[in-house]
Amino acid sequence: MTNKLEAERPLSPHLQIYRPMLTMMMSIAHRITGAALAVGFALLTWWLVAVSMGPDAYDCVQSFFGSLFGRALLFAFTWALIHHMLGGIRHLIWDTGAGLDKQTVEIFALATIIGSIVLTVLVWIIGYYRMGGL
Amino acid sequence: MATPLKRVRGLGAAHHGTETFWRQRLTAVANVPLVIFLIWFVVAHAGASYDTVKACLANPVVAVLMLALIWSAVIHMRIGLREIIEDYLHHKLCKTASLMLATFFAALVGIASTLAILKISFGG
Repeated sequence: MTNKLEAERPLSPHLQIYRPMLTMMMSIAHRITGAALAVGFALLTWWLVAVSMGPDAYDCVQSFFGSLFGRALLFAFTWALIHHMLGGIRHLIWDTGAGLDKQTVEIFALATIIGSIVLTVLVWIIGYYRMGGL
Repeated sequence: MATPLKRVRGLGAAHHGTETFWRQRLTAVANVPLVIFLIWFVVAHAGASYDTVKACLANPVVAVLMLALIWSAVIHMRIGLREIIEDYLHHKLCKTASLMLATFFAALVGIASTLAILKISFGG
């Protein structure tokens, strides 16, 4: 009975009714990257455990991270980490009550997305340079 | 808009007031320098040999920062995962089981990483 009443009650407009906006996408991206980082930290754990186990386990982990799939996964992890970090800093600024006006919010959103891409590529260029790949 | 005294005394419906919110922000602040440290560490040791990596992780400063990162990240991760579950999963059993899994996962990541770092540090 109660279930039937709930089902027939008019619902307030939800996500699907709004035009996608940058700030909205950034909010969703912050959640998705956060969840993805759980996988990333499981990978970090695997790597640390392998180092503690010995050279054989370490070689195994390194060959996985060295593979095309492993590299793609690490690249995604790097981007998610930096994106979530920049997005988090944005949230910390908002917590102080600053930067909540329409214009600043848009600038923050753009800065987070451009900053995360630039920094991720930079980190990988430095990494490859150090490995002698560039 | 004042909060009624009875709710302030009981610290709201969940009875821990803003504790989770505060803990999330606290670990967020800690995570910023610690994540930068992690990225630096990984990039600095790209292509390094097993012995070099092991010796560097055994360095007390590196080990302390690595442990701090793991603990701060794991606490932050548990709060975030639970927040997502609480928002999207409404089936009671499904929700409770997922909330438990989020805690187990965070604990597993934390315990395994901690053991690994300690083992490396103590030369095991």
